[in-house]
Amino acid sequence: MTQTDGAIIEAVELQCERGHRRLFDRLSFRVAAGRCVHIAGDNGAGKTSLLRILCGLLSPTSGEVRWRGQPIGRVRDEYGADLIYVGHLNGVKDDLTASENLEVWAAMAALSVGAEDLAQALRSLKIERFAQWPAGQLSQGQKRRIGLARLTLARQARLWILDEPFNALDRHGVGIVNQLVEQHVRGGGAVVLTTHQSWEAPVPVVRLDLVTEAGS
Amino acid sequence: MIRALLAVVRRDLLLAMRQRGDVLNVLMFFVIVVTMFPLGVGPDKDTLRLIAPGVVWVAALLSAILSLGRLFALDYADGTLEQIMLSGQPLSLTVLGKIAAHWLITGAPITVMSVALAMVFDMAAGPGATLVASLLLGTPCLSLIGAVGAALTLGLRGAGVLVTLLVLPLYVPVLICGALAVERSAGGLSPAPGLMVLGALSLGAIALAPWAIGAALRISIE
Amino acid sequence: MQTQTVRPLRFGLHRFASPPEFYRLAGQLIPWFGSAAAALAAFGLYLGFFVAPTDFQQGEVYRVIFIHVPAAWMAMFIYAVMAFWAGFGLAFNTRTSSMWACAMAPTGALMAFLALWTGALWGRPAWGAYWAWDARMTSTLILLFLYLGFMALHGAIDDPRRADRAAGVLALVGVVNLPIIYFSVQWWNTLHQGATISLTRAPTMATTMLEAMFVMMLSFWMYSIAASLARVRAILLEREKRSSWVQDIARG
Repeated sequence: MTQTDGAIIEAVELQCERGHRRLFDRLSFRVAAGRCVHIAGDNGAGKTSLLRILCGLLSPTSGEVRWRGQPIGRVRDEYGADLIYVGHLNGVKDDLTASENLEVWAAMAALSVGAEDLAQALRSLKIERFAQWPAGQLSQGQKRRIGLARLTLARQARLWILDEPFNALDRHGVGIVNQLVEQHVRGGGAVVLTTHQSWEAPVPVVRLDLVTEAGS
Repeated sequence: MIRALLAVVRRDLLLAMRQRGDVLNVLMFFVIVVTMFPLGVGPDKDTLRLIAPGVVWVAALLSAILSLGRLFALDYADGTLEQIMLSGQPLSLTVLGKIAAHWLITGAPITVMSVALAMVFDMAAGPGATLVASLLLGTPCLSLIGAVGAALTLGLRGAGVLVTLLVLPLYVPVLICGALAVERSAGGLSPAPGLMVLGALSLGAIALAPWAIGAALRISIE
Repeated sequence: MQTQTVRPLRFGLHRFASPPEFYRLAGQLIPWFGSAAAALAAFGLYLGFFVAPTDFQQGEVYRVIFIHVPAAWMAMFIYAVMAFWAGFGLAFNTRTSSMWACAMAPTGALMAFLALWTGALWGRPAWGAYWAWDARMTSTLILLFLYLGFMALHGAIDDPRRADRAAGVLALVGVVNLPIIYFSVQWWNTLHQGATISLTRAPTMATTMLEAMFVMMLSFWMYSIAASLARVRAILLEREKRSSWVQDIARG
């Protein structure tokens, strides 16, 4: 099998069926280091399903995703350490403060982060004011920022998979996320994201359009 | 890896402390259910002493099942469960951490509360001690087996009742061994066989259940 | 994440993992198993009702044992087979194995129910009570609950793939627990009941009685296979209704 050649993950002949609908078939592509892939498509085209398949949260009906040449089903733990996923749900506990949410997430992922790292993460998403606020009292946009702050904490994760990261964010938030994406990509990482908003990418992107055929 | 495991336990305990009401409710349920039986059966001391092991154990089973609702469902609903599954740590270990925390907030208080209940049922010291010991050894198994049910029914309508149907038959060996150990003790025999089997069941569950729970979580999250 | 290609098994059996092939095979096999079941049942009932001697303790009533015991055995056997195929489907990601496991569940539950019902019918005239909490009856009751749990879980999940796999995990957990449940119930029974005659102690068996029970068990086995095959065909049609081979059949 061809080794990395810069590809962090490789999708091989992916087929996905959800509720009797075939969303996509024989989908193959590579995500290389220093690349940004934008998955585009209408509502219901299968963007979220594709991202979840790439993460390993969903099994494709056929085909596989490979990381370092290995099917991700076999190397889940190592792959998980190399990956950050920000999905539709923020992954934020309402009963914990913003700072505690990040601290707990990092501890469960066995990342060594200190108080300064946490403060810096909150600062980079401009929510340091709310560090000691229970997340349940924050707005949707602020909770989203807590979820996105994870991106600055896990330095070793090369691959970012972001599902509608700009949801609920104001234009400042969008600007911050664009900046993070740019830094990450230029630093040799890779980003796969979907967004239905018209997005001005900060870096050159490869665009992957999921098109559903009428009647399938 | 151990640090990550302890982090999971700490997190769940922290969350439980912030929502103390949930935890206390389960304990109150346990006590109330046990109280129902003398009311239904009559206050005759000899009858109560006879039915006590079974009653306390059945109440413990039902309380365990009731508490399962907060084990995975809350994390599933806000997306933290998928973050945990993608954290790069082995899922079986994380699962054990969550169940350990779950036991600390349900099984352990139930075990402690049973001391008081043994007195309420006028049990002698020997059987009373055996009751506590049996709960101590058996409630981990209840948490582990219950977690399988909770993981399988994640996000389903009517999950609460369904979990009960799925898990109660699997609880039968624990119930039998626990209640029998106490009865033997009340009859002057050694409770050791029953307690040893309970311990073995819990150990077996610690070894095998995490696999089943991990598989069930992956299936449910799709 | 596994690909859909099925690993080749010996004798080319793997081609039956494909739904239309399995459908065809099942259709061909049903008449064979069905007639075997009928023939064996006729022979077994003849042996049981006419050849086996009258029991001097219980008279003719004991003859219900020729249905009760085989049904109880089949209930356990089917659960083990069901768990095997569900596990196979989980491990190798084959849809048909899981469908086959689902097809067996109602038959297994029926066997368990039949065992309980005939046990009650036997219990009343023989020992004066419809239900004696003896080890086998209680284990069979719990087994019935396990079957019902499997079917309930499968029915509660809308997505068929998730339903198959979740029920598969449940079946595997159940099959590991089954011996533990059985032995603990045995222990419970011996320690509580002591000297009372239990339904597990059947009247001393004359050879003809054993033969009759064995033949009836074979008959139930053949019936279970035939019923499961018929059910799996219905499941295949339902699940695969959008595929071309089902459309062809519908068009006739």
